[in-house]
Amino acid sequence: MTSKRLKITLTAYLLLLPSLVFLSLFTLYPIVRTVYNSLFHMKLGMAPRFAGLDNYRTMWNDPVFWKVMRNTFIFAIGTIPVCIALALIMAVFVNQSVWGKGFLRTIYFYPTVIPAIAAASIWLFIYTPKYGLLSLFASKLNLPSYNWLGDPNIVLWATMVMVVWKEAGYYMIFYLAGLQNIPKELYEAAEVDGAKPTYVFFRITFPLLMPTTLFILILSTTHGFRFVDHLPIMTKGGPDNASNLLLYYIYETAFTAWNNGMAATLSVVLIAILLFFACFQFFGLDKKIHYG
Amino acid sequence: MKVLKVIPMYLLAIIWFIPFLWSVWTSIRPRELVMQADFFTFKFTLKNFVTVWDAAPFGQYYLNTIIICVGILAVQLLTTTLAAYAFARMDFWGQNVLLIIVMLQLMIPPESLIATNYLTINSIGLFDTKLAIMIPYFASAFGIFLLRQMFKSVPYELEEAARLEGCNLFQIIWKIYVPLSMPSLIAFSIVSISAHWNSFLWPLVVTNSPENRPLTVGLAVFARSSETGAQWAEVTAGTLIIIAPLLLAFFLFQRRFINSFMHAGIK
Repeated sequence: MTSKRLKITLTAYLLLLPSLVFLSLFTLYPIVRTVYNSLFHMKLGMAPRFAGLDNYRTMWNDPVFWKVMRNTFIFAIGTIPVCIALALIMAVFVNQSVWGKGFLRTIYFYPTVIPAIAAASIWLFIYTPKYGLLSLFASKLNLPSYNWLGDPNIVLWATMVMVVWKEAGYYMIFYLAGLQNIPKELYEAAEVDGAKPTYVFFRITFPLLMPTTLFILILSTTHGFRFVDHLPIMTKGGPDNASNLLLYYIYETAFTAWNNGMAATLSVVLIAILLFFACFQFFGLDKKIHYG
Repeated sequence: MKVLKVIPMYLLAIIWFIPFLWSVWTSIRPRELVMQADFFTFKFTLKNFVTVWDAAPFGQYYLNTIIICVGILAVQLLTTTLAAYAFARMDFWGQNVLLIIVMLQLMIPPESLIATNYLTINSIGLFDTKLAIMIPYFASAFGIFLLRQMFKSVPYELEEAARLEGCNLFQIIWKIYVPLSMPSLIAFSIVSISAHWNSFLWPLVVTNSPENRPLTVGLAVFARSSETGAQWAEVTAGTLIIIAPLLLAFFLFQRRFINSFMHAGIK
């Protein structure tokens, strides 16, 4: 019996070997190595030198780090609820028998298929002063043209609008799937009872979609904390780091400042954030929600 | 009452479509008109596309992106199928630990470890190769979970029957599990190709020459070289060139696309 178990175990490991090699090399090892590197002074052309917690101290005292953290959280926490709300409205609407619903679904979804970098390039030319689409509208209304991406108070929000446009349709898909799992009889019963549409929505649709909402919430948080592809084209994190986000700051630290020790330290923070939300997922989502 | 609910949703659809219309409009306008913010002189041209195609090696970028996407997918299909079978149908020592290791890739995808993975790529001498872009994605936790779920729904009797017929393990996987899991495999392929067609930061970090750059990085380099803003029309044309294939595929096979994303997300 044990020899049979041993044989199965060996076969299983053989089957898993190819995946494990790559997972070890590019997920497991780099996580450990990042933590290790964060304890060293590592700059281009310098021999690595043990630093203890120096990098963490420098990071703690770096005002840019705090600005970037603040931006990252505003960015993630600001875009997610809007995306989810829009996605839900889109899905409920497209799920009804309205004119052109297939067409609407396509239009709501198409930004998902566009690379973030291309979306950034399109939106850059919407926001651009003078020639951009918004300026064009403004000039037709005799309003002055505005440099949306040049204003530190607005730039982050401007990038967030683009992200909502790009992502909402993606989450709509999950709601559409969720809606199809709600028994039709519930709606028929509600209709017989003469329930108002808002009542039906808040008493049937929304609660029964709760597992979907939770799923999307987790998907979008882990996604939202590393969505940075738009920055190199749209703002480069500027002006004055007003639109900079953690992963892009890591990129700059590693590949512009060539400070690998610091980049590792910042990466540890990103890993911690991602792990935190992943654990949330693990303990929250896997125990499926039940309703009495 | 009904109208009040319907109108905003059509309005939203129009707003959603405007960025695309705006880029198409900009890309087919003569450069001078774009720069004068002239909206009402109706003159159109395809010159921007020609200029862009000549100015940057988009043909090469296309080829690179296709090689990268197909390369990743080919290896992924192999590694994930084997791993998914082990997780779905075998009871072995250390199963849970390994499952957590796989799950770790879902939580912390390779692109969030760019700084360290870059050092790894450099030290194994892969910098500025297509393989460098592909290799971190040769294993796919997402694919493993998706297929594992599907494999579990395959009736075990089929496997037993095949075993009696004298099939070995690889034949069983290939002749029973793979054909019966086609919907999942197709869904995974579509999601994988769109993800890697669109990926940017990692290829940017590990490539340095037009021979290896994918379309996304190529677009960024092209946009950066024309920073003056004098070439808006060209940059927009370039943008459309890189998004066209996926967008076209999506418009043509949208049901398949949407179902794949749905299937991939729910399982």
